[in-house]
Amino acid sequence: MTELAAPAPAPAPGSEARAARRERLRLLLRSPSFIIGAGIILFWVVCAILGSRITPFDPLYDQTADLSESPSRDHLFGTDRLGRDVFSRVIAGSRDILLVAPLATVLATVFGTVLGLTTGYFRGIADDTVSRIIDAVLAIPLIVLAVTVIASLGSRSVWSVTIVIAIVFSPIIARTVRAAVLGEAQLDYVEAARLRGERSPYVMFVEVLPNVMPPILVEATVRLGYAIFAVATLSFIGFGLQPPSADWAVQIADNYPYLSDQWWTVLFPALAISSLVVAVNLVSDSLQQVLER
Amino acid sequence: MTATTVATAALELRDLDVVYRVRGYDRQVLRGVSFEIGRGESYGLVGESGCGKSTAALAIVRYLPRNGRVSAGSINVAGIDALALGGGSLRQFHARSVSMVYQNPGAALNPSMRVGAQVAEAFTVLGVAKSEAAERARAALARVQIADPDSVMNRYPHQLSGGMQQRAVIAMALAKDPALLILDEPTTGLDATVEAEVLDLVAQLQSELHTSVLFISHNLGVISKMCTRVGVLYAGRLVEEGPVETVLQDPRHPYTVGLLRCIPRGGVRKDHGRLDTIPGFLPSLGAEISGCVFADRCALADERCRTDEPPLFDIRAAHASRCWYHERAQELPRVEAADLELPPIDSTRPPLLELTDLTKVFRQRGHDVHALTDVSVSIWPGETVGLVGESGSGKTTLARTLLGIVEPTAGTATLDGRELPSRYQKRSKTDLRALQIVFQNPDSALNRRHSVQRILLRSLKKLAGVGGSAADQRMSELAQRVRLTERTLTQKPVQLSGGLKQRVAIARAFAGDPQLVVCDEPTSALDVSVQAAILNLLVELQAEKQVSYLFISHDLGVVRYISDRIAVLYLGRLQELGPADVVFDGPHHPYTEALLSAVPTIDGGGRDRIKLEGDIPSAASPPSGCVFHTRCPRFLGDICVEQEPPLVEAEPGHLMRCHIPIEELRRLQAKETADA
Repeated sequence: MTELAAPAPAPAPGSEARAARRERLRLLLRSPSFIIGAGIILFWVVCAILGSRITPFDPLYDQTADLSESPSRDHLFGTDRLGRDVFSRVIAGSRDILLVAPLATVLATVFGTVLGLTTGYFRGIADDTVSRIIDAVLAIPLIVLAVTVIASLGSRSVWSVTIVIAIVFSPIIARTVRAAVLGEAQLDYVEAARLRGERSPYVMFVEVLPNVMPPILVEATVRLGYAIFAVATLSFIGFGLQPPSADWAVQIADNYPYLSDQWWTVLFPALAISSLVVAVNLVSDSLQQVLER
Repeated sequence: MTATTVATAALELRDLDVVYRVRGYDRQVLRGVSFEIGRGESYGLVGESGCGKSTAALAIVRYLPRNGRVSAGSINVAGIDALALGGGSLRQFHARSVSMVYQNPGAALNPSMRVGAQVAEAFTVLGVAKSEAAERARAALARVQIADPDSVMNRYPHQLSGGMQQRAVIAMALAKDPALLILDEPTTGLDATVEAEVLDLVAQLQSELHTSVLFISHNLGVISKMCTRVGVLYAGRLVEEGPVETVLQDPRHPYTVGLLRCIPRGGVRKDHGRLDTIPGFLPSLGAEISGCVFADRCALADERCRTDEPPLFDIRAAHASRCWYHERAQELPRVEAADLELPPIDSTRPPLLELTDLTKVFRQRGHDVHALTDVSVSIWPGETVGLVGESGSGKTTLARTLLGIVEPTAGTATLDGRELPSRYQKRSKTDLRALQIVFQNPDSALNRRHSVQRILLRSLKKLAGVGGSAADQRMSELAQRVRLTERTLTQKPVQLSGGLKQRVAIARAFAGDPQLVVCDEPTSALDVSVQAAILNLLVELQAEKQVSYLFISHDLGVVRYISDRIAVLYLGRLQELGPADVVFDGPHHPYTEALLSAVPTIDGGGRDRIKLEGDIPSAASPPSGCVFHTRCPRFLGDICVEQEPPLVEAEPGHLMRCHIPIEELRRLQAKETADA
């Protein structure tokens, strides 16, 4: 038989898969929203890492300036009631939120993926039960749920915020993963794996999981945006990060009673939060466009 | 029929070049294609996938994708220069001059609109008043032989069968009385019996309405039935053109010759006649070709073919071939010379597999669906049993029950004398390795994130229990046996052609030296030349390994080629079981007879078609008595309605479930063949 005598398959030689990956990267890098979003995120990450080493004043204790000074040459964003430089605090304030939100998202993604894979793969009663519980949990407003859990934990550490957000977000991710797995598990390769005697965990994690990664990645970036928001909200109402952290939401909470005559102490941290959330969403949108084409 | 003059041609393509822009480069897809369709003529365009058939159709209706454009040439539809149209005039052109019917009628209909409203829309677009449009729609549906147009109009597309959907689409396409009707693989997704009905309908409408038709198909049998002239497309080039009978009986291009030789037909069987294949691959999209497009794969090609593009030679009136050596095209050397030695099947030994009274009842929305009823079949070592029947007949359920994916409601399966647990989870390693499957769609059957190597090594580990360097050694052997190159091993499925993917799937099934492989339509997603190579491979493996196959296919030519015995299923019941030749040559069960006569053949002639009326009944409420009585062309009377005939051995080794005695069937069927 000579069908393969000339081993040059129709698609031109050269790894098609690698080309597709390069093409995806090229599309990403050509998308302005991705560049802008990634730039802003990178900026905040650098600020978080370097923190007080690059701020002109000590973000926590510096009291060299006058109290409640409006923006000036020396203090670009003014100073707060305690005489701390708002600019320095905005730069340093990125650290905690950039630690808690991504960590919570990663935890939620891992947990949600395991949950979604299991329910979507096995279906049946376990799936019905878990799915209804997830639906019920999703019906409760997120913040109410988080506040309840934190209050019952009694501890308000960075860790408990992280864990709480991870718990609250994982059902949402589980639902997305489950939907993707339902379609994927119909495919014949899953049956072929079972028919050669593979155990379920192998089929789920080695056969199915790599094929549902794109929606999981997209969902994770979307959740990151929400996680930032959730951390900020919890901190603002006093259930999240605690003073003396220079966290943006803590700053807003500290200063918003004086909003009418010290607008700069609230406006700049607020802008910082929105810039980060918008940037994450820009990245997630462009990622979605490229991955789910 | 000869080409009519230019002035009255329904379609005139002149030197049409179409390019697609991919990753910044223009890739040529159609190369100087010229042909004409006269008024009222039916012209067929054949070729394998990737040859540019659909691109030609899309170019004609000006629906090329955004990255595609006509780079040279002209398109004239009934005197209108289609390429000059834009905006309103293009809309008018779509509304009045051309119609297109696609392969998948389910996707062509709007799922959220009732059928009546959709068909009526085809008339309101033409300016017919709303009140009148409904009436016209009813008439249009009646014209496409929909028995009860009023009830069909009130239904949504998903409530109709595939055949009915395609009729509704055809009714819409004909609403405007188009100058040109393009049918792009209109029956490819349908059962043979439904296909036959739809083709009959199109043929009848065409003769009544004198519509000019461009019929695109990969199936030469369909083209031969439907068209008067045919054009053969290869790599975007029209390589041969002429009257259908002439081209099929006296092909003058090596590609056409090769294509015809790939098709199992005329009673050729695996043990005395290997299928020929076309070596090599289609040139990649937009490849620069200096000589003949087919030279790389042509055994007759010489230096001239590789450097000089052959012109279109006129062989006789209206028959032309683009080959320097058209006068000896039929001397194309055969690729598959040697016949295979298949060891005889020893039916005195105990069978390898015995299915006894296998029954499966699904519970569905409170109804019992009888997918399988008392099916008993045995398969001997080295034997192939073909399984045929329309969709919904229970073929796949039988295969899945055998594999343990579906648990039978009753009945047993024994392999090598030991009873198989009903679910695969409970089966031993030996049982799992002994029973494997090759799926229909290799895209779905192979994990697209895993390399070929990984797929095969894992199967070797699980099925043959080998790992490490021994596994590498075994993998090379396995790859060699299914003709996969070393290079393929490191690639992922997406980088492979359909045929190569199916070879990987076969290699995977053979990793643990199986005793029985279920082949579930393994070639129906493939082109005929690739199909031939895969069938050859399966036969080779059988000769070498004494493996048995349960071969499911709707293509009766393929089933006849590969099977030793054939089982015919209808509504989950075995209707006929016997040696392949006997089942095909008759006397047949009336259902088998109808299936056989529904297949359009290249050789033409043959028996008169026995029509099956309507669709297969629901398995949730099967008819009383003989389940086939509602559609049976040889319906006897009350006995068929009241009593289910038993499955009896009508002659040695030939089982049949029919009230008509076999001698009577023999007489009836012989008479009709003589009359035809």
